[in-house]
Amino acid sequence: MSAEDTLLYLDGVSVSFDGFRALNSLSLIIEPGEMRAIIGPNGAGKTTMMDVITGKTRPDTGTILFEGGTDLTALREAGIANLGIGRKFQRPTVFEMHTVWDNLELALKAPRRPLKTLTYSATRDDRARIEEILDITGLSPKRDRQAGSLSHGEKQWLEIGMLLAQDPKLLLVDEPVAGMTDAETEQTARLLKDIAGKHSVIVVEHDMAFVRELGVKVTVLHEGSVLAEGSLDAVSANQQVVDVYLGR
Amino acid sequence: MLTRFLLMGLDKKAGVLLAVLAVLAVAVPVMALAAPPDSPWHLSTHTVALLGKYLCFALLAVALDLVWGYVGILSLGHAAFFALGGYAMGMYLMRQIGPRGVYGHPVLPDFMVFLNWQELPWYWHGFDQFWFAALMVVAVPGVLAFAFGWFAFRSRVTGVYLSIITQALTFALMLAFFRNDMGFGGNNGLTDFKTILGFDIQAPETRVGLFVATVVALAAGYTLASCVVASKLGKVLVAVRDAESRVRFLGYETERYKLFAWTLSACMAGVAGALYVPQVGIINPSEFSAASSIEAVIWVAVGGRGTLAGAVLGAVLVNFGKSYFTAALPELWLFALGGLFVLVTLFLPKGLLGLAAQVKGRWPSGRAMAAKPAGQKGI
Ligand SMILES: Nc1ncnc2c1ncn2[C@@H]1O[C@H](COP(=O)(O)OP(=O)(O)OP(=O)(O)O)[C@@H](O)[C@H]1O
Ligand SMILES: [Mg+2]
Repeated sequence: MSAEDTLLYLDGVSVSFDGFRALNSLSLIIEPGEMRAIIGPNGAGKTTMMDVITGKTRPDTGTILFEGGTDLTALREAGIANLGIGRKFQRPTVFEMHTVWDNLELALKAPRRPLKTLTYSATRDDRARIEEILDITGLSPKRDRQAGSLSHGEKQWLEIGMLLAQDPKLLLVDEPVAGMTDAETEQTARLLKDIAGKHSVIVVEHDMAFVRELGVKVTVLHEGSVLAEGSLDAVSANQQVVDVYLGR
Repeated sequence: MLTRFLLMGLDKKAGVLLAVLAVLAVAVPVMALAAPPDSPWHLSTHTVALLGKYLCFALLAVALDLVWGYVGILSLGHAAFFALGGYAMGMYLMRQIGPRGVYGHPVLPDFMVFLNWQELPWYWHGFDQFWFAALMVVAVPGVLAFAFGWFAFRSRVTGVYLSIITQALTFALMLAFFRNDMGFGGNNGLTDFKTILGFDIQAPETRVGLFVATVVALAAGYTLASCVVASKLGKVLVAVRDAESRVRFLGYETERYKLFAWTLSACMAGVAGALYVPQVGIINPSEFSAASSIEAVIWVAVGGRGTLAGAVLGAVLVNFGKSYFTAALPELWLFALGGLFVLVTLFLPKGLLGLAAQVKGRWPSGRAMAAKPAGQKGI
């Protein structure tokens, strides 16, 4: 398959921190509309992979292409986000001093330049979309609360809601169910599967029940490169994967 | 659209402040010009100038609060923009003197004649026109702030390092303005002004006019800042303050936002400085001193960072205290100021406005987004 038909194309991407190789010639391909689960032990480089895709960290070597042609390594964070790549962080990060509503309004797809935001006022459509996301994420009763006062799980949901508001082509979701109850986890899986129809999604998660629930192709990362790829059952049967990750 | 923009920005606090300013704009002229000099209601020109000075500082504080309170940029060099605006006005006032100087030179200000200069330096041209000087009052601080911010924000200098380079900026300007060959009057600065727009600068009527102009400028500056922070842009600014890198991942070029607020703030500070100079009658390089900038930070902290109204309150109260102290116990003023800052930092992290809200049993809600909770970091 050629790079042109892919949504995201990583080839030979390496990143070192003070001599330590967090990513070691990582190659990965995501197709349009695909949802992919990434698993792997702590320190495998999962978050670092998201960092290089979103421009937070520059790779030392390697190619990262979006939609077949755009070189992401040449762009800064905001530019990459505006291409249509959204991200949910491992540690939920919402704007704590802002209300839930304002958090969603800030994320909502709209012109991002200062003079546009200075004169912005929410259109009827914008408000309807925010209402819709409040419903989906169950945060409707808390819309006027400061985000800082939400529980951990609610912040996770708010951040997922912000991703929805951004309406990106590719969503990078880092450990979305950490700190959630089983019921919430299940709900999140359903929500992500819902999203996956219209968008491409990369989910990093340690929770195997959740990954099974998603039922998508799995990539196992280990020491900064791909150890195995396939269905969850296939990679679970892989002896190397059992040794470095699942068996522990 | 403009009305909506204004309506959004004008909350209760703004209403109270604008009402107070409106009262001042009427009462002060009446008390200064109409009340007989022996009446207890009479205000001397000295008092009028003093009040005007407080309001200039209040405008500087609003400008500083816009970047410190709402964007998290702790500027330790805001007095530089204030002083540059002041110098631009001072140059106009010098040119107004014309041949009435001590040496009676038709064009050159006294200090240039004294230095044996033969002609006016190129950058003094145009300042005989009020409109040009007024433009420079905004443009010089604005352009400098834009250039400074462009480099600083793009190289992602933040926090303490940014504060230090703002301090370095004002320090460098102070050294430059101290030099005689810079052409700004050296350490004596610009003074002995005679007229402004043809009016005698010492006349009570002119003093009152300058006071009213200051009230109008403060009201306009406050309203503008209030509208900016209430807009979606203002929400982005607060988000940048609390979690800048997160804002970038939403697709906002945070540098542009910081640059916008920073430049706007510098322009406001310039206007404040321009109104200050004719009322105090002098501008010299000491306005660029580190202490001037740090005092402004203290006003904002005392009043309540991130509230705008607190900045006005803090500037007026602290300067009132300063006038009182420097008259009664001059040697104690610096200790009092330092002590005040320590007390506020330790016990009133949200300043007097925060305290008032606490006493009323609630925190300022909605727009009054005070300092972020301790321990919260960006990503
Ligand atoms: N900015 C950094 N500076 C130095 N080392 C880093 C940096 N970022 C990541 N690392 C190191 O790179 C390695 C990979 O980290 P990464 O966060 O990508 O792992 P992960 O797969 O997301 O792990 P986890 O499952 O614990 O979230 C770790 O050893 C980490 O300590
Ligand atoms: Mg991680």
